[in-house]
Amino acid sequence: MLAGDTRAAQRRRRVLIEHLEAYLFVLPAVVLVGVFDVLPSIAAFAMSLTRWGVIYERFAGVENYQAILDPTGTRFAEFANALGVTIWYVLLTVPVEMAIALAVAFVLYQGTVGRGMYRAVYFMPYITSVVAAALVFEWIFDSNFGFLNWALSFVGIGSQDWLREPSGVFQMIASGVGIELPSALAGPSLALVAVSIFTVWHFIGFQTVIFLAGLTNISREYYEAARIDGAGGWQIFRKITLPLLSPSIFFVFIIATIGAMRAFSQIYVLTNGGPLDTTRTVSMLIFRTFFERTSSNGIGLGAAMSFILVLIVVGITVLQFRIAGRKVFYG
Amino acid sequence: MASLRASSVLKHAFLLLGAIVMAFPFYWMLTTSFKSFVEAQSYPPTFLPSVWHFENWIEAWNFPNTRWPRSFLNTIFVATTVTLGTIVTAVLAAYAFARMSFRGRTVLFSLFLLTIFIPNEATLIPNFVLMSRRYLGWYDTYTAQIVPFLASVFSIFLLRQFFLGVPKELQEAARLDGAGHLRFLWSVALPLVRPALITVALINFLASWNSFLWPLLVTSSPDIRPIQVALLPFSNEAGTQYHLLMAGASFVILPTVAVYLVAQRYFIEGVARSGIRG
Repeated sequence: MLAGDTRAAQRRRRVLIEHLEAYLFVLPAVVLVGVFDVLPSIAAFAMSLTRWGVIYERFAGVENYQAILDPTGTRFAEFANALGVTIWYVLLTVPVEMAIALAVAFVLYQGTVGRGMYRAVYFMPYITSVVAAALVFEWIFDSNFGFLNWALSFVGIGSQDWLREPSGVFQMIASGVGIELPSALAGPSLALVAVSIFTVWHFIGFQTVIFLAGLTNISREYYEAARIDGAGGWQIFRKITLPLLSPSIFFVFIIATIGAMRAFSQIYVLTNGGPLDTTRTVSMLIFRTFFERTSSNGIGLGAAMSFILVLIVVGITVLQFRIAGRKVFYG
Repeated sequence: MASLRASSVLKHAFLLLGAIVMAFPFYWMLTTSFKSFVEAQSYPPTFLPSVWHFENWIEAWNFPNTRWPRSFLNTIFVATTVTLGTIVTAVLAAYAFARMSFRGRTVLFSLFLLTIFIPNEATLIPNFVLMSRRYLGWYDTYTAQIVPFLASVFSIFLLRQFFLGVPKELQEAARLDGAGHLRFLWSVALPLVRPALITVALINFLASWNSFLWPLLVTSSPDIRPIQVALLPFSNEAGTQYHLLMAGASFVILPTVAVYLVAQRYFIEGVARSGIRG
């Protein structure tokens, strides 16, 4: 009886020590993530309910949200414009990146000479600094001496002021054949298209690598079976590759959309939100609002805008899961 | 057979064209950086400098009001500290999540994974306020550039996957020999997950090297600003002297490209692994 008790007590003590040791192991990470990720995201919401510029002024309830969402106010106009720009930016980058990355990954997967070299080259932009690489693109896009204008002159496209052209691209194309579009149909500005070109260049490699890994995971047996049944190349791609790759495609779709919704550095360097705010995405607007804090209510308003952006991003992600997620095939 | 060869030629043409487009900005950056001011702005452009002006790099390096060596040291210091610190916190946490049993393990790990979905926008402003004199007082210090990045959920996640793969029998054997967790981790588990450690180190170093928005926000004195932020005033002052601008961009880009070329296997495998299982 007594001996059993001590043994049980010993066991309990060993378990307790093991638990304590484990808690010590995770403690640093828990503290850091708690202080710099979890608490700030709670604080962000609290701050959005205040008037806070240079210093904290007072609790303001939903005033900031009202200011942003009041359709007659200037804050609303700014925010609505930024949201429109952000959505165009997503549409101009995500589908293009995914289509190209998918094509590249598919061709690479089929095995060609120099596959490793190609993969290395396609991935390289992803590891370079956005700020420095954007400077290089600023030079390529230069309106007077830029390489792009020179290259395009061979296909009959005239010089463009890529990073400072506020006109909508649909309007620019329509003007070529003398049609005047209503302003709602003018499309994203040429400057936003230029920023998108940079973005596509920078992120294709990341997506290619993920698609390539997904393709490599598909068992060869499926292909052999399909080939024996007499399926052609396109059929195999449609009926075997795409469904089996759908988890990777879905993952990239989600990640790329979230990334594009919050893009900052490349826009900050290439256009700084201009021309005429046609590249001022929500992140850029938050940044500018935040820096108004010296005069007014930048922290309060900025926090409210970030919170709305987060809700929109979460909403879109949920929609993606609802609509596209159903089509994902998990084997 | 003929159509097979045609499709293979087509494939190569497609890949090659793509590779040229992807690599072109690097080529254009380097060649421009060695041209004279006049040649850089010549139209039509030249594909190689007619005279190679290697002294451009020296001129860009010694550009007035720019202190490249200082900025480089700042970046190297911050990136190295962040990388070492992150490895320590990530190894300990990942090992505990994979190999130790404790109450709340699953809940805690799920919470960690959830934080991946907290967007930067949401935490940026509160973290900035946290750095101010009123709270932590870290504004315009190295501490502000380092401490918030000392834990990386992505790294914990990746390392945990690898620790899960360490055979249980090894742990049993170590325990019978009287080795505790720390001892087992240090002499058995860590050497086994070395490739993952290298991946985590490279990815964190790169992220720190390339970080821009946060140091832009929380630093103001050129003495402690990293190269990414120092590049901006340089580009403003160099204006349209694109040959110097491209030399400056090379300073920032080439070190990472060099590391990448040597260790690309680890980068690509890290992305592929975390991507699939994320």
